[in-house]
Amino acid sequence: MTLSLAPETAHAPAPSLQPQGWLRYLSFSTDHKVIGLQYIVCGFLFYLVGGALAGAIRTELLTPISDFLPRETYNEVLTLHGTVMIFLWIVPVVNGGFGNYLIPFYVGARDMAFPRLNAVAFWLIPPAGLLLISSYFIAGAAQSGWTAYPPLSITTPATGQIIWILSVLLLGGSSIFGGINFIATILKLRRPGLKLMQLPMYCWAMLGTSLLVVLSTPVLAGTLVLLSFDIVAHTGFFNPAMGGNVVVYQHLFWFYSHPAVYIMVLPAFGLVSEILPVHARKPLFGYTTMVYSIMGIVFLGLIVWAHHMFTSGTPPWMRLFFTIATAFIAVPTGIKFFNWIATLWGGRIALNSAMLFSCAFIVNFVFGGITGVALAQVPFDIHVHDTYFVVAHFHYIVYGGTVFVIFASIYHWYPKVTGRMLNEPLGRLHWLLTFVGFNLCFAPQHWLGLNGMPRRVAEYDPQFQLINQFSSVGALLMALSTLPFLINVVMSAFNGEIAGDNPWRALTPEWLTSSPPPVENWKGEAPLVHEPYGYGVKPGELNLAATSGRELWSLGQDPGRGPNRPL
Amino acid sequence: MTTLSTSESQLPSTEAAADQHGEHHGDHRLFGLATFLVADGMTFAGFFAAYLTFRAVNPLPAGASYELELLLPTINTALLLASSATFHKAGSALKRSDNPGCRRWLLITAAMGFLFLAGQMKEYFTLPFGLTDNLFASTFYAITGFHGLHVTLGGLMILIVWWQSRPGGRVSAANPFPLEATELYWHFVDGIWVVLYGILYLL
Repeated sequence: MTLSLAPETAHAPAPSLQPQGWLRYLSFSTDHKVIGLQYIVCGFLFYLVGGALAGAIRTELLTPISDFLPRETYNEVLTLHGTVMIFLWIVPVVNGGFGNYLIPFYVGARDMAFPRLNAVAFWLIPPAGLLLISSYFIAGAAQSGWTAYPPLSITTPATGQIIWILSVLLLGGSSIFGGINFIATILKLRRPGLKLMQLPMYCWAMLGTSLLVVLSTPVLAGTLVLLSFDIVAHTGFFNPAMGGNVVVYQHLFWFYSHPAVYIMVLPAFGLVSEILPVHARKPLFGYTTMVYSIMGIVFLGLIVWAHHMFTSGTPPWMRLFFTIATAFIAVPTGIKFFNWIATLWGGRIALNSAMLFSCAFIVNFVFGGITGVALAQVPFDIHVHDTYFVVAHFHYIVYGGTVFVIFASIYHWYPKVTGRMLNEPLGRLHWLLTFVGFNLCFAPQHWLGLNGMPRRVAEYDPQFQLINQFSSVGALLMALSTLPFLINVVMSAFNGEIAGDNPWRALTPEWLTSSPPPVENWKGEAPLVHEPYGYGVKPGELNLAATSGRELWSLGQDPGRGPNRPL
Repeated sequence: MTTLSTSESQLPSTEAAADQHGEHHGDHRLFGLATFLVADGMTFAGFFAAYLTFRAVNPLPAGASYELELLLPTINTALLLASSATFHKAGSALKRSDNPGCRRWLLITAAMGFLFLAGQMKEYFTLPFGLTDNLFASTFYAITGFHGLHVTLGGLMILIVWWQSRPGGRVSAANPFPLEATELYWHFVDGIWVVLYGILYLL
C-alpha cells in the first residue's frame, strides 16, 4: 500500500501487524473501508450527542421563560449543538465516511492515494470531539455559537472559547488532509482506461467538495488563530475597542463557512445521484450537465459568502454583487433537481427505505433551496436576519438535505458493508418518523421567524409558545425515529437476510465484488466500468430484471497494456 | 461488519495483485504536497486579505506608531531568493549522483535560511512597536511570524535531508523524493515571502 514498497517485499506474504476482526475498527488501520466505517460510526455517536443537545434546546423552548436551562448553559448548549453536528457528524460522515468507503472502488483502486495520511485524518477527529465536549465539564463550553463572532467570542469566558478553537483547528486539519487525499485519488489513481467523464457522479461531487475544502478551510484556520491571539495575547485584530475590525472576521469566517454548506451538501448530491438510478432502474439523467453544475456550484460557492452579512453594514455595491451571485447558484442547483426528477420519470421505482429517504431529500431540499433564494434578496434578508426563519432554512438544507441522504446511503450500502440486508419495515418506520418529525419541527419555524422570533435566545415572546411546542413535538419524533434505526442496524448485522454480492443489481464498481469486500477490494483485477449507469441498454439486448450487472462490464480487458494507454 | 471472516480478508498475494500496486500508478507524493501547499497558500491569502482590508478601512489611531525599515528586509529578500537558487543547485548535484556537492549546497541553503531568521529577529528587536501596540503591529507580527515558522520548519527539514544524504543514507539519486519535497516547500516559502515583502513593506 505504501507506494515506496519495493516489488520483492510486495510479493512476500506481509506479516500482519494490524489487529483482525472488530478490533480493526479501533486501530490505526490504513484500509480505506475500515477508515470509512470508522468515520461513519464515530460520526453517528457524535450525532447522538448533538441530538441530545438539540433535545435540551427544544425542551427549554417549550416555555417562553428560561426554566429548564440557565441562560449561559443554553448558550453553551446551542454552541455545542451546532459545532458537533457540523464538524463532527455531517462533514466527517458525508465526506470522510462515504468518500473513503466508495471512492477507491469508483476509480478502480485498491486504496486511497495516501493511506497513512488517511488514517491520521480520521484519528484527529475523536480527540478533537472529546476535547470539545470536555470543555463543557472543565470550564463551561464556548457561548458564542458555531460562528464564534467577535466581540461576543472575545467577551465570553475565554477557556471554553479557546478549547473550541483548538478543537475546530484539529477538525479543519483532518478535513484538509482528507481533501488532499480525495483530489489525489480521483485525479491520479484512476484505473488505466477509466476516463474522468466515466466516473460515477459521487466522484465528481467529492472532487468539487475537496477543492472547496482545500481552498477555504485554511482561511478559517488562519482566522481562528488570529481570534485566539485576541483572546489570549490581547491583540486587537477583531476587537473594536483596540482599533480592530469585526467585519473582517465575518468576511474571513464566511469565506470558509459558506463553502462549508456545499462541503456538507455536494457529497449528498453525489450520493443521491448514485442511489436514484439503481432503485428507479434508469440511467442518471443528464450526466454531463450534472458534472458541469457541480463545478459551477464550486466556483459560485466561493464568491457568495457576504450574503450572510447583509446586516453588517455592507456597502450597496457589495449587496448587489452578492445577491446576484447567490441567485445564480439556483441555476446549477435547479439543473440537478430537474435531472433527479427526470431520472425518476418513467422509472421502475422500488419504494424501499433508501428510495424513500432519497425522495424525501428532494422534497426537503427544494423547500430549503427556495427559502435560500429568498434569503439572498437583501430586503427580505434584512427582515428575517437572525430569526428562526434562518434556522429553519439551514436545517432544511443540512438535515432535510444531507442527513436524509446519509440515512438513504446507509440503507443502500449496508448490504455491501456487512453482507446482510436491513429490515425493510423498520426502515420505513424510521423514514416515516423522521420525515414527519423533521417537517413538524422545522416548517413552523419559518412562521416564527417571519413573525420576528430571534434565534439563539432561551426566552421569547409568549405569543410564540404554541408554535414552539409544535416544533418541540417534532423534535421528539425525530429523537424517537433514531430507535428503530439503531435496532435495525444492530440486529441486522447479526440476523439480517444474507445480501449476496449485488442485491440491488446495481452497475457501479463496488457491487462487483463480494459483500463485504475483501481487503484491497478485488480478488484479481478490478473491473473496468464504461457506463456506470448503463441501465438504459436497448430493450431485448439484456434482461434488466435478471442481470447481475456483470454483463454490462468488460471484465479483464486491460487497455493499460495496449497502445491506447492514456497518460 | 463483524461477519467478515479472516479467510476473506486475506488477499492471495498473486502476481496480478502485486502488479496493481506500483506499476499502473506513479508516485503521487509530490502532487499531494503541492495540493497541501495550495491550502497553506490560502492561509496566507486570508492573512493578506485581512491586512489589506485593515489598511483600506481602519485608520491608524493618533499617536500610534507603525513604521518599517526597508534595508534589512530587502537583504533578507535577497537571501531567501539566493537560497532558492542554491537549493536548486543541491537538487541538480543529487541528480548527477554528486552527493558531496549536494550536501555542500544543502548546508549553504540551510545557513542562508537561518541567517534570514536571524535578520528577522534583529528586525523584531529593533522595531519601535510591540505585538499589541496597534492593529497593524499585531498584523505585521502575525504574518511575518507565521512565515518565520515556515522558514524554521524548512531549515530543519533541509538539515534532516542533509543528514539523510550522507553516504549510505536514504536520500540518493535513486530516491530523491525527500529532497524534492523539501525543495518544493522551500520555493513555496520563498514565493510567499516575495508577496509578503511587496504587501507589507513596499505597499
